Amino acid sequence: MMNSIYSRYKDEEVTSRLVQEIQAYRGKPLKIMEVCGTHTMCISRYGIRNLLPDTIKLISGPGCPVCVTPSYYVKAAIELARRSDVIIATFGDMLRIPYQDSSLLLEKAKGRDIRIVYTPLDCMELALAHPDKKVIFLSVGFETTIPVIALSVLEAMERGISNYMLLTANKTMPAALHLLSSDEEIGVDGYLYPGHVSAIIGTSLYDEVAERYGIPGVVTGFEPVDLLGAVYRIMGAASGKPQVENLYARVVKPEGNPIAVRKMNQVFKPYDAVWRGIGTIPDSGLRLREEYGAFDAWRLLETSAESLENEPKGCRCGDILKGKCSPQDCKLFGKACTPEKPVGSCMVSSEGTCAAYYKYG
Amino acid sequence: MSDEMITLAHGSGGKLTHRLIEGIFHRYFRNELLLEAGDSAIFSIHEGRMAFTTDSYVVSPLFFKGGDIGKLAVCGTVNDLAVSGAVPKLLSAGFIIEEGFPLRALEAIVQSMAEAAKAAGVSIVTGDTKVVQKGCADGIFINTSGLGIVKEDIQLGLGRVRPGDRILVTGNLGDHGTAIFLEREQFGVQSSIASDCAPLNGLIGEVLDRFGTAVRIMRDPTRGGLATTLNELTKGQPFGIRLDERLLPVRDEVRGVCEMLGMDPLYMANEGKAVLIVEGEQAEAIAACLRSLPYGSDSAIVGEVTETYAGKVHMKTITGGSRIVDMLTGDQLPRIC
Amino acid sequence: MCLGIPGKVISVKGSSAEVDIMGITRNISVALLERVQPGEYVVVHAGCAISHIDEQEALELLSLFQELGVTDDE
Repeated sequence: MMNSIYSRYKDEEVTSRLVQEIQAYRGKPLKIMEVCGTHTMCISRYGIRNLLPDTIKLISGPGCPVCVTPSYYVKAAIELARRSDVIIATFGDMLRIPYQDSSLLLEKAKGRDIRIVYTPLDCMELALAHPDKKVIFLSVGFETTIPVIALSVLEAMERGISNYMLLTANKTMPAALHLLSSDEEIGVDGYLYPGHVSAIIGTSLYDEVAERYGIPGVVTGFEPVDLLGAVYRIMGAASGKPQVENLYARVVKPEGNPIAVRKMNQVFKPYDAVWRGIGTIPDSGLRLREEYGAFDAWRLLETSAESLENEPKGCRCGDILKGKCSPQDCKLFGKACTPEKPVGSCMVSSEGTCAAYYKYG
Repeated sequence: MSDEMITLAHGSGGKLTHRLIEGIFHRYFRNELLLEAGDSAIFSIHEGRMAFTTDSYVVSPLFFKGGDIGKLAVCGTVNDLAVSGAVPKLLSAGFIIEEGFPLRALEAIVQSMAEAAKAAGVSIVTGDTKVVQKGCADGIFINTSGLGIVKEDIQLGLGRVRPGDRILVTGNLGDHGTAIFLEREQFGVQSSIASDCAPLNGLIGEVLDRFGTAVRIMRDPTRGGLATTLNELTKGQPFGIRLDERLLPVRDEVRGVCEMLGMDPLYMANEGKAVLIVEGEQAEAIAACLRSLPYGSDSAIVGEVTETYAGKVHMKTITGGSRIVDMLTGDQLPRIC
Repeated sequence: MCLGIPGKVISVKGSSAEVDIMGITRNISVALLERVQPGEYVVVHAGCAISHIDEQEALELLSLFQELGVTDDE
């Protein structure tokens, strides 16, 4: 039954009607920001941007975990990968990020033990099968993924698996959202809120944003009807009282997923994280709590001091991540910076703004 | 044959080599030309054009749902000839085998090649075997070269493609690439997805006989998938290709795996599919003909050749929007975000 | 930042469940949800069910947009 419902979320009749309504927009120019990397990907994949009238601009925010991961993290991961008693387990997203002349993909080609996993939960068997090695999971991701990573730590603890560790670079939405919303230079008229992060954290944060900054928003899913429907609803919301509408109610409840939040807070604690392209945002990252310190792979390294290396000259990832400019405004885009030879993080990640713009046009 | 494993001695040209050749290769690749066992196969050259192609096969794992490296080696070369407009006739097979490779596995692969060759109506008439030290080959590497006859009236080429032509594929996209990926990566997914490895010369031969010059050009979209093959066709050309996403035939299970892992079926390899660019007006008839033949039952018209977007491939998406379908940058990697 | 797709729960065993995603199956964790039942649909992300999917809500949103433009006719 659900499969047929989901196929209706791609229904040509419904989507073309939504497109018609959107193209009939005659209001003031609108700047809509989506803060989820998967939304960036879907919007590009569905070709939604070039269906919009000139007066509606869809810009991407810093919702791509790979894009906002500073290069010192890749440096650390490569350093650990080079140790003979380490197996690196990672999501595929991390493999291509360049660091100097290398990347995890290149290290893998050189013979380092780097494995792509679909879920950190698969690391348990990996750790058990290789008791003489440390299995280090590259822990990146926002609130959608963090509870799953927390589960992996709890499971390892319960099963007495002592050779599983995390190299953390996890970040959370609230602080970043406040930062973007209070930046008048960006001037967002409305937000498309991330469907699956919201499934975990609920929607009260967005009510706060609407009230404090007067910016409306729509929580939405990832199907064509979800995204087009969200643009259509923001169009209407932008002129009235700033409100938050939950268009992903089939998945998102106002209170989110309390169990997931509990697990997240049980294992992790907030700290001031460095966001590539943006800088340090207070209370925007998560690290392992003391009780779980034995799982912390940062302890294996000389320093875990977070730093922001200078962006390569000419790279405008920082501005792009804040929605202050689009990829085409960057002089390197498509020339010195391409998916084959990425300069900045927005091009490296497949859901990075620049990569999506380049790949999908 | 009491030996269990291939050893360096098997490759040295002596008794063991001969036992191997007779016991396995001759036994399965049974045909006159081969059994005459000279250094070369001698046959009369056809008057007129011939097609000649070569390919090496290094797939891992060697055995997978829907086939094995041997079947792949035969079908792949047969298909390269077929999409060039040739009738495949003769194949060569060269083997580079790693020391320690199980004899039983070799026999299974060779038997599979013989079956595939029979199904395709081709003969494997000459070959070679080398054995290398442990670690110098991933089990076994196979090279096949193929000869085919190109009939006089066949005229295929990029120069014949023009705006208004239609793009056809002979069935579901991404089966092979997805099957191999699941076997290699062990993501814990249970599925019935199997490689679509198959010989297409019968299917293509029939279409060429019936529709002749209405077929402009053909390709088999192997590594890199349909997207890569179409980009290769449009590169530097005065025409573009526009696909319609809603028309692309993809199995539900393949979609499921790709959605779950963040990958795109357009970039997954196919080993039993052809893409044809055909005259617009004949497209429906050709598609219907394909659908009535073995290995063509899920054929579909998936796009057209355009004057706009010259040199590129773009796609009308399921929302009615438009996006570029670019070449792959390296291998596709699964993603979580 | 969250690739999640609908999966149909086939069976549940403790904090684990087998789900069907368009004909393929995989075991996933259901430790983040209470009361997962066979036959229901969940959102699967990184090998874990992160949310139930409410069929009623799914249908309601569809009808919201299906009515678009209809009232403007004639």
